[in-house]
Amino acid sequence: MTTKLLAAGLVFLASPALADTPVLTVLTYDSFTSEWGPGPAIEKGFEATCGCDVKFVTAGDGAALLARVKLEGTDSKADVVVGLDTNLTADATATGLFAPVASQPNTLPVPFQDPNFIPFDWGYFAFVYDKTKVATPPASFAELAASDLKVVIEDPRSSTPGLGLVLWVKAAYGDKAPQIWADLADNIVTVTPGWSEAYGMFTEGQADMVLSYTTSPAYHLIAENDDTKAAASFSEGHYMQIEVAGKLASSQQSVLADQFLAYLTADAAQSVLITTNWMYPAKTPAEGLPKGFETLVQPVKSLLMSARDAEAARAPAIAEWQAALSK
Amino acid sequence: MASRAVEISPAFGLSLAIAALILGSAAMVAARAESFALAAQDWQALRFTVLQASLSAATSSLLAIPVARALFRRRFPWRGMLIRLLAAPFVLPVVVAVMGLLTVFGRGGPVNGALAWLGLPEVSIFGLHGVVLANVFFNMPLATRMLLHGWQSIPVERFRLAQSLGLPPSAQFRHLEAPMLRAQLPGIFAVILLICLASFAIALMLGGGPKASTLELAIYQSLRFEFDLGRAALLAAVQFALCAAITLAALGLTLPQGFGAGLGRRMAIAAPTGWRRGADGLAIAAAALFLFTPLLAVVSKGLPGLAALPNGLWPAVLRSVLVAVVSALLATSAALILAVGAARGKIRVIELAAMLPLAASSLVLGTGLFLMVRPFVTPETLALPITVLVNATLTLPYLFRLLLPEARQLEADYGRLTASLGLPRRTILRFVTLPRLARPLGYGAGLAAALSMGDLGVIALFAGDGGATLPLFVQHLIGAYRLQQAAAASLILVAISFALFWAFDRLGSHYADA
Repeated sequence: MTTKLLAAGLVFLASPALADTPVLTVLTYDSFTSEWGPGPAIEKGFEATCGCDVKFVTAGDGAALLARVKLEGTDSKADVVVGLDTNLTADATATGLFAPVASQPNTLPVPFQDPNFIPFDWGYFAFVYDKTKVATPPASFAELAASDLKVVIEDPRSSTPGLGLVLWVKAAYGDKAPQIWADLADNIVTVTPGWSEAYGMFTEGQADMVLSYTTSPAYHLIAENDDTKAAASFSEGHYMQIEVAGKLASSQQSVLADQFLAYLTADAAQSVLITTNWMYPAKTPAEGLPKGFETLVQPVKSLLMSARDAEAARAPAIAEWQAALSK
Repeated sequence: MASRAVEISPAFGLSLAIAALILGSAAMVAARAESFALAAQDWQALRFTVLQASLSAATSSLLAIPVARALFRRRFPWRGMLIRLLAAPFVLPVVVAVMGLLTVFGRGGPVNGALAWLGLPEVSIFGLHGVVLANVFFNMPLATRMLLHGWQSIPVERFRLAQSLGLPPSAQFRHLEAPMLRAQLPGIFAVILLICLASFAIALMLGGGPKASTLELAIYQSLRFEFDLGRAALLAAVQFALCAAITLAALGLTLPQGFGAGLGRRMAIAAPTGWRRGADGLAIAAAALFLFTPLLAVVSKGLPGLAALPNGLWPAVLRSVLVAVVSALLATSAALILAVGAARGKIRVIELAAMLPLAASSLVLGTGLFLMVRPFVTPETLALPITVLVNATLTLPYLFRLLLPEARQLEADYGRLTASLGLPRRTILRFVTLPRLARPLGYGAGLAAALSMGDLGVIALFAGDGGATLPLFVQHLIGAYRLQQAAAASLILVAISFALFWAFDRLGSHYADA
């Protein structure tokens, strides 16, 4: 009798939660949901229209996200995954865990075709330097290698920018990539596990340049009123990172998930992304880019491997990088 | 015989639980693997891991001898403060400490400034020497403190006897100090070796390139980037085997010191004068300079940002302190049970189990636990309890190592007496064990609390929306380019870690001296 009462009580307690607003679970990387990331504003904005509750679940960076999706498999509680990049999408598609999504209009400088993912922001990898310390920045990998400038880069085995750099050199130089790495070896002071350590070392003056994004100087300019940082423009072109979002096939909130993806690429969310992620919007909002973005370096050429090429190139390119730098 | 078996059971049971947790989580990862193969570069990583760890452990232990000896026999103002501050480097979060070291030893730092002034070329901190330097920075203070406990465990009466017999310092060293070092050093070397084996961020940040890859990085890569669970599980197995071999070797080399019981008094011993006084002073000054300049750098970098601290800081501080205190209490109780059990029996299983967490990769542990709890609950809801559990487990070996020599001594000195008196366990604990072990217990609990404060560890795997601990919060700040605020938050992290350590350590010494 007691158990029955108890059970009835539990059902009663639980039912409002069930009957209440639906919950959309968004799996994303750490910094997306932080106080300074796009998460809080996007959550608020979407909740105002969807009549639902947005719940973020976080996992490290883009690579860790994919590992988490694989770890959880088909019984994942997440509906939407935000923050993979095109170097990971082939791998992600191969899991069969992602559902096709409707494509959204974008203003990317390269054509984007992927039935399972929509881009939400993007940027060019670049070496960032301090204008007061480096008067004439190198204009190519070759010039960088020939200079005695010290750079700090990220490890491609543990960070997405590190992987981006390895693919950048591969995309620009193909079979000659090992030679470029060998020439760059004496310029690389150290390799860090992630972007934060590298950027921290650079701002502390331990290196002249750091692998980051062409949009990094915009943060310093707009948020700190500091115009001393700039990105070097390389004549080989700059490799792109396109961040994408997708919907899990196992989602119970398929309609909400589609609405969220549409919201993510609409003006309101796109404006938020520019000055929180400090990347270019996937679709430039009606009011344009914030003042200061016009000062950023415009690469002469956009480099990007297709998802399939990136997937195939990844392991051999990392091995080349490792061999050249281990000498 | 039967009572004997009952007596060791809590420690034995706890050992089994720890082994189950560590090996079980690795097994969970292995169970999800599709194939098992190591990559070619994994062997190179293994070699580098062992090389940097052995160099670091040897340097740390050897440098600690003169410093600990000087601190033991000299009395000077601020001595107590200096000894407590010795723990500070050890409890710094790795990234914060590396930034501090870079400020001092890196480009444009005072060391290179002095070299330039002397007309010498700039020395880069990046490379194997930089990795060893950082590891010595972290672990030499720990070794010093452990050795100091060793010196303090020699009954004061033996020194007085030696002095009244007119033994010169060299003979005192041979008869009293050398046997103590012989008993303590293998254990200290082993524990530092094990700590350095599991480091990955230090080696990567200061190693200067992929040559300096460690096993832990390979585990990180295989779990996070390649999702090669088989390789991760194999690497974890290699790490376990290495750790077990080192632990067993250290145990085989450890001898009881056999000074017998003293009266437990604390008195100053007349220290040798002459050049020995100068040498001791030099050892203490050099150690203080090496350890505290990077700390000063951390403090001076953090100060400017203190004026504008971000909103989310204090909830994160609260969460971190809660996690740190609970896991410190948990780890201390577990370590006490294990150390007393290991000292009483001759069972190696307990010692192995207590050292096992040092070999555990927190990433494998976290992933294993994630897979374990997921069928039953949403992992995010367990973020803090699991962080407590993992932190307690990972800090257990340090505590155990600190307690074991003194627990052995206690057993050798009082074991038979208490047994023949037939004292109840609770009485022994209250009147013999706790007062005698108060000092290392307080110190150990302090270390555990501070280490838990600084540990990113598994929280990143479990953290949901807004449940960040302070180290994760610092990470978020850096990720958002807010480096000055990050430096200030790091300073707060360091200050709180150290305050926690200080409080526990004070409590221990207070109790011991009372």
